Amino acid sequence: MNAPTVPRRRHILALDDWSAAELRGVLATAAQMKDVLARPIKQVPTLRGKIVVNMFWEESTRTRVSFELAAKALSANVLSVGSKDTSVKKGESLVDTVRTVQALGADYIVLRHTSSGAPYLVAEHFRGSVINAGDGRHAHPSQALLDLFTMTEQLGDVHGKKIVIVGDILHSRVARSNLWALTTLGAHVTLCAPPTLIGPASEWQRTWPNVTISHDLDASCEGADVLMALRLQRERMEGGLLPSLREYTRRFGLTADRVSRAQPKVLVMHPGPMNEGIEIMPDVATGPHSMVEQQVTNGVAVRMALLYLVAESRDQAPSA
Amino acid sequence: MPRIIIKNGCIIDPDRKTATVGDLVLEDGYVREVVDLASAPTSYGDEAEFIDATGCFVTPGFIDIHTHLREPGFEGKETIATGMDAAVRGGYTTICPMPNTNPTLDSASQIRQQYDIAARHGVIHVLPIGAVTLGREGKVLAPLAELSDAGAHGFSDDGAPIWDAHIMRQALLYSKMTGRPVMNHCEDLSIVRGAVMNAGPVATRLGLTGWPASGEEVMIARDIALAAETGGRLHICHLSTAGGVELIRRAKAMGIRVTAEVTPHHLVMTDRWVLGNMEPWDGKGPYDPAQLRPYDPRTRVSPPLRSAEDVQALIAGLRDGTIDAIATDHAPHTLVDKECEFDHAAPGFTGLELALPMLLTLVNSMQIDVVELVARMTHGPAAIIDVLPISLGPGDPATLTIYDPNAVWTVTPESLASKGKNTPLMGQEMRGQVMLTMSEGQIVFQRAGFGTSLQQPQPSIGHLPGVFDEDEA
Repeated sequence: MNAPTVPRRRHILALDDWSAAELRGVLATAAQMKDVLARPIKQVPTLRGKIVVNMFWEESTRTRVSFELAAKALSANVLSVGSKDTSVKKGESLVDTVRTVQALGADYIVLRHTSSGAPYLVAEHFRGSVINAGDGRHAHPSQALLDLFTMTEQLGDVHGKKIVIVGDILHSRVARSNLWALTTLGAHVTLCAPPTLIGPASEWQRTWPNVTISHDLDASCEGADVLMALRLQRERMEGGLLPSLREYTRRFGLTADRVSRAQPKVLVMHPGPMNEGIEIMPDVATGPHSMVEQQVTNGVAVRMALLYLVAESRDQAPSA
Repeated sequence: MPRIIIKNGCIIDPDRKTATVGDLVLEDGYVREVVDLASAPTSYGDEAEFIDATGCFVTPGFIDIHTHLREPGFEGKETIATGMDAAVRGGYTTICPMPNTNPTLDSASQIRQQYDIAARHGVIHVLPIGAVTLGREGKVLAPLAELSDAGAHGFSDDGAPIWDAHIMRQALLYSKMTGRPVMNHCEDLSIVRGAVMNAGPVATRLGLTGWPASGEEVMIARDIALAAETGGRLHICHLSTAGGVELIRRAKAMGIRVTAEVTPHHLVMTDRWVLGNMEPWDGKGPYDPAQLRPYDPRTRVSPPLRSAEDVQALIAGLRDGTIDAIATDHAPHTLVDKECEFDHAAPGFTGLELALPMLLTLVNSMQIDVVELVARMTHGPAAIIDVLPISLGPGDPATLTIYDPNAVWTVTPESLASKGKNTPLMGQEMRGQVMLTMSEGQIVFQRAGFGTSLQQPQPSIGHLPGVFDEDEA
């Protein structure tokens, strides 16, 4: 397989320092992986004999299954450990678990964790490679890359396109990773949420100077090329972040009417799992603009590309 | 006891606001006289011992009114003995352990035990702070008068705020019988709720729950209103925001009995430290935060490291006297307390041995005068806990610190006597080091190689940054 030239990375923790060329390189690799998944035999021997450990310290089905399929399609041996396993219940620390997994011979850790920044701790103590599968509110690089892959597949380049992300921005690692990827490629990003679920605009613009902050979804939808809704955690009602789901849905739900204000070929996206009838209406979720299923399909290809790229990097430059 | 002559140092007297280069003559544990270099005699006689302090500053022993010594209950983090060792190596001769031990220092016997343990280990002053409420639970007042009689020099539930406004009001009233201050850790839990760093662009970028300035200022404002009404003595611990400085400035202008402290780390570091090497260092500030990885739990402290604007306001408050004292909030923790996820990590920095070099960066960058700085480490805190004003004039006790402002050293675990190695400055190069500490005439710490001699050193002016800058260049 001819891999595009991309910078070598030992870990994939966040997209903060990824260049446009590197992002495009991953997309090109993912396209090749998507071809593999379209074959009758959906497997290549790239990671044969390697051990991938899925460490999921937070509930997840979609991302875990997607990474598992990706690793298996590359012929790796996959092991899953979760926070419900006994050692964690007994009070074993994350660092202890990493040392144990390392002693068992793991080459890769795919980490999902409730604490922002946890992958940096794991990377500090693990001799192999770490792929962040979502940490707290911080980053979800594979999700942002599969979103980007889906957008470029449909729209061509995202440069100059208007992308609206609506929902619980404050608590969203998906929004943050998408911001890095999209702004690096020159897209115009609007973040739309009630003030309690986003915070002051200046705090976002210090890191992402060109991002637009809005509290008005009707206005934001005008001319949008992509409308991405985020999952609203029902616990947000506690602590005064929102008065009611009804009020949220009225102002910030993706309805057919709002979709009609956007570009005729607008893409409707959602990282899942969806609360249909709250942040997205059922007819929109399954309607002609919806990319939700494509996102899931592309997710496997993108995660194969990430595993492949860190594997390449490890073979070329042995880690210290 | 023989005469000891500390030769050629720059003697800082914060009480008289003087800096004198010359000799400090000590006799029987007291200062006999301060001799200007120009009028120094060629001989002090045969009986004298000499300490060559050329190029060094000689100051009264530092006072830390906010220290965590962890004993009893958390001896893995620190003990009274190791904390005292750390104190003298940092130039401190008086430290005030906070009562968040287990059991809490909320009874007279607990307070007396602190004195007993300290007396068995050394001669520096360990003056405990008693709890405001039983078990620091914020519900029932501790016996403040008994605590005071037993030797508590103030009252605090530090680590936790006195969240109930009524209890705070009662504490301010009741403590008037003792003359001791109520020292509040201002953190409105209903606002702060699970926050792990300063609210702002860095927290937004990193996806960490932010502690807004209002989470501190709301309680400072509340306490000022209560102090004004009750006439009680209020002290605000570890002030960290620009708004907090302004509240205290106005309260003092209105004549309300309020004092405040600030930590060295809030004066020289910002929330940018939590980013670590996620961004290259822009060269601002004395230390390089890009030596850390992102989310390093050693950057977590309560209240959190704030913005550059807050740091500037704190320095201004320190200079104009709004902030009375510098206190370390020395918070030793074990490795395990910090080798974990950022939001699980125990907040706090080891502080006693790093305070002076951190603070000297403010002198070196001309942000504060060295006499002012020393005053905030001696005279200011002494007034809050009602110990005698400290100066180095004739008749004063020989309780003093000698530091070399030019000594360069690197922070390593071995370089710290404290059990707490938890500092974001681990591995950084520091400038300025305590060479000798004396408590009432007794040398309690002397750095190897910084020797006494029987020979009288020649008069000489060493290189003293901040004092003779005009002669340089």
